[in-house]
Amino acid sequence: MTGLRRLGATAANAAGLLLAVVVLNFLLIQAAPGDPAQVIAGEMGGASPEIMAEIRTRYGLDRSLPEQLATYVGKVARGDLGYSFFFNEPVSRLILGRLPATALLVLSSLGLAVLAGAGLGILGARKPNGLLSHAVSLVAIAGNAAPVFWTGLMLLVVFASLWPVLPVAGMEDVATPRHGIAHGLDVAQHLVLPALTLGIVYVAQYSRLMRASMIDALNADYVRTARAKGLPERIVIGKHALRNALIPLVTMVGLQFGQLFAGAILVETVFAWPGLGRLTFDSILRRDYPTLLGILFCSALLVIAANLVTDLLYRLIDPRIRAGRPA
Amino acid sequence: MAPVLAVEDLTVTLTQPGGPVPVLERLSFSVEAGRTIALVGESGCGKSMTALAIMGLMPEGFARTDGRIRLAGEDIAAAQPSRLRALRGSALSMIFQEPMTALNPVYTVGDQIAEALRLHQRLGRRAALERALAMLRAVQIPAAERRLHAYPHQLSGGMRQRVMIAMALACRPKLLIADEPTTALDVTVQAQVFDLLKALQDEMGTAIVLITHDLGAVADIADTVAVLYAGRCIEQGNTRSVMRAPQHPYTRGLMGCTPHLRLGASADAGTGPLREIPGLVPPLGRRPAICAFADRCGRADATCLDNPQPPLSEAGPSRAVACWHPEAHTA
Repeated sequence: MTGLRRLGATAANAAGLLLAVVVLNFLLIQAAPGDPAQVIAGEMGGASPEIMAEIRTRYGLDRSLPEQLATYVGKVARGDLGYSFFFNEPVSRLILGRLPATALLVLSSLGLAVLAGAGLGILGARKPNGLLSHAVSLVAIAGNAAPVFWTGLMLLVVFASLWPVLPVAGMEDVATPRHGIAHGLDVAQHLVLPALTLGIVYVAQYSRLMRASMIDALNADYVRTARAKGLPERIVIGKHALRNALIPLVTMVGLQFGQLFAGAILVETVFAWPGLGRLTFDSILRRDYPTLLGILFCSALLVIAANLVTDLLYRLIDPRIRAGRPA
Repeated sequence: MAPVLAVEDLTVTLTQPGGPVPVLERLSFSVEAGRTIALVGESGCGKSMTALAIMGLMPEGFARTDGRIRLAGEDIAAAQPSRLRALRGSALSMIFQEPMTALNPVYTVGDQIAEALRLHQRLGRRAALERALAMLRAVQIPAAERRLHAYPHQLSGGMRQRVMIAMALACRPKLLIADEPTTALDVTVQAQVFDLLKALQDEMGTAIVLITHDLGAVADIADTVAVLYAGRCIEQGNTRSVMRAPQHPYTRGLMGCTPHLRLGASADAGTGPLREIPGLVPPLGRRPAICAFADRCGRADATCLDNPQPPLSEAGPSRAVACWHPEAHTA
């Protein structure tokens, strides 16, 4: 099978998965307590039987289930995720407005986790019985054991009252609006604590994983071959061992992307970060089903996209996964 | 002729929590340009450790505690790590037992051969790849242009070992250490690899240290042979002479364990069932002060049990043996 065809198959898989999510979403609406018309009417602030009937016709609730499903799928395909009565905005616009903040937070945490985790892991692997290696393991265990909300609260305590050098809430300084680079720096400053909170668990996990896979790689025969060629240790580690050791890490990152996203709900709530996580929390509290389902759909989309990216990275790193044309 | 490699009294020790344990004891041998010395012996007798000691690639805990390793006169055992790195892959290289795992799975064959050339001969990418291609042709890999861009998993075991040989010989080293280069390969491929090594040696004048279990190969390509037992050399000499008339009972035992095929003779003609040497090589740290082979030896007597390890002493023209009762050959 050629690379392009394989890629096509992967994309088709992803599309199928997405469709399944949409159908599941639809069934969730059906399972929501009470008559959907009543839910909508309730959100609108009560209604008479005439209005209820009108709602039913308007939203197609009087039609059969398969018909309703077809309508729903068609709407989602057009990017219409419904309307949030609570926020008084189309759900898709609501989500798109919040997405950049979450993307910034999640990607910064991911970057931190991968870079710091891999770096610490490599350091720890160089002398597996050295002091540094044990220190890395200890930090990893501590970081892994601390729940996200606790880490967040501790950072809040430290940086809000004991040593107030970093902003602890929001994404920018509302009192003095800035522009250009000043605005970027302001956002970066606000980003430090939430990103740290969200990323620290993964720094811990990735450093452990990287330490183990790097130790494996450094003991591999091909590393001995590289040394027998007279390569300096920097190339032995940075070229020959690293690329092989990265394979498990890439797998892990791909698998955990969804978790990271879920972690953002908690972190955004603790640090009042105006992202999707915060929106999720709010819409759960308000029983804002359209918004919640929209977010669910969106996060499924992101997780599937992350897996696609992982797949591509995989192929980039490991030629054995690429189309195996005989040489 | 001055030897390319001269190992003199090499002693390697493993540092363990229970105290230092001798691994190699006063090992001496040498090999000249264009010649091959075979190191033979059972697993665990120190063959591979000798190779790694010469390369300066001993695992953590192992260290040379005595002796010299001279490469073209220079004591490389005492050299700085940077000097040793400069020699490895250029003047001194090694091929390993397992071609399936000795190549890096994520880089192309060409890239891995070119690496040493770019490092030691400062060739550019293109020039190094051209030389890599020439090396692939030299090791007789069919469709070499295509294989240059292949990954190791796309090649068979025999082809991978040819790639290893190409890689090791790319910088035309003075010395090649081949640590059981054919153990993992099919019998037919084994012969091809040995033939190839021999041909390249004739062309480049490389000295080879061949580590092997394959006494047939030793007879075919080694000029001299050193038999190792429990970290010591117990018999050494011209291959033909040692194989024809082994003086140490262990060497004799090794020969007895090798099937000899004679054309025209039925399978069970001659020596009868294949013999074996009873017992095992004493493990590290349990080596006795007396002859380490005594408890497996049919000839051991009070002299063997009461005296320290016999020294390696001259036993005929370019022959040496370490035994209290060497086999006398009258023929």
